[in-house]
Amino acid sequence: MSKLGIIINGLIKENPTFVLLLGMCPTLGTTSSAINGMSMGLATMAVLICSNFVISCLKNLIPDKVHIPCYIVVIAGFVTVVQLLLKAYAPAVDEKLGLFIPLIVVNCIVLGRAESFAAKNGPIDSACDGIGIGLGFTIALTVIGLCRELLGAGTAFGFSVYPESFGALTFVLAPGAFITLGFLVAIFNKLTAKKG
Amino acid sequence: MAKLENSTKNMVLSLTAITLVVGALLGLVNAVTAEPIEQAKANKQAAAIAAVVPGEGNEISEPETVTSANGEEAVIFTVTKGGQPVGKAVRAVSKNGFGGKITVMFGFDPNGNILGYSVLDCSNETPGLGAKMPDWFQKGQKGDIIGKNPSTNNMTVSKDGGEVDAITAATISSRAFLDALAQAYGVCSGTEVATTSASQQQNATAVASCENSQSCADCAESM
Repeated sequence: MSKLGIIINGLIKENPTFVLLLGMCPTLGTTSSAINGMSMGLATMAVLICSNFVISCLKNLIPDKVHIPCYIVVIAGFVTVVQLLLKAYAPAVDEKLGLFIPLIVVNCIVLGRAESFAAKNGPIDSACDGIGIGLGFTIALTVIGLCRELLGAGTAFGFSVYPESFGALTFVLAPGAFITLGFLVAIFNKLTAKKG
Repeated sequence: MAKLENSTKNMVLSLTAITLVVGALLGLVNAVTAEPIEQAKANKQAAAIAAVVPGEGNEISEPETVTSANGEEAVIFTVTKGGQPVGKAVRAVSKNGFGGKITVMFGFDPNGNILGYSVLDCSNETPGLGAKMPDWFQKGQKGDIIGKNPSTNNMTVSKDGGEVDAITAATISSRAFLDALAQAYGVCSGTEVATTSASQQQNATAVASCENSQSCADCAESM
């Protein structure tokens, strides 16, 4: 598979949110606005690219029986790096995402890609897979966040579209996350089914 | 290169090596970011103080840490301009938020009138309801508290007989906000200060500096 093919695979065929339905905790928890969803997606993507690359480089040096602890150490290391950098240079983002940044460690997308892709492919291909899956996750979270923000608070990326009093608060709260995700998965499946 | 086999030696070696390298990397990143993180925290605090006690050329004193009536830590910053007191910024915590603690910075002028406030943490409040706190009580908004004085105005929600309009459908968060205000005013006027050994001396100065303002006497009656 070509490098571009790997990236597109992560965006559409194996979109982590709409197709694989992985990483539901941050998907539902951080998408109360488009900006929050996008920040979470980008933070996860950074971790995913680095961890995929490093794990792919190390795959032959890690005996099978300890591969999970080794992967987790690598992933947790990168997550902590991302968190420290966010705290230092983008404190507002860090505050918004709060607990969800350290939780990237146990995000099944990251470990899942390490296991199913990086452990079997070369470092460059693995980094491309990280970009593809990361972008797929970022776009999905941004779209979910945008829908919830628009329907719930009448804003898009913080800009007012219509008066807030017409918004349905439900969409900003937890139930809105499930409803939005359900409908978006349905729409995504419908669209991709036609193509395939 | 072939994959390393599952011998105990290999497993111990590879896991140890990876842990050491990652540990070293984290140490490095921590060393690089420690200073910007401190800086970001200081900036945020300075911005919050500037927001609650407005004015150009204000000097901000060293923070005084005291314990407020509800047993939480409160921090007082005395703001002066050319040696004249402009007011105090007080960071106070209420435990009664809808989802736990809220932290708010309040600014008072020397008479105890509320100059402004800035919500530092209401991340446990419901988005769209209690989390409207940062705007709801500002000047010109529905729950406007700016310019009021906790010693003469009844700073409770209208449901409790007070004169502040609670956030629609978020009375608990509104009560918590006003509780934080009461905590802040309490420590600022020195009447509710519960001394702790570590901050005893600081408390003494807080009380002493407060005695010059009328608010103390007023406040003592209302408490």
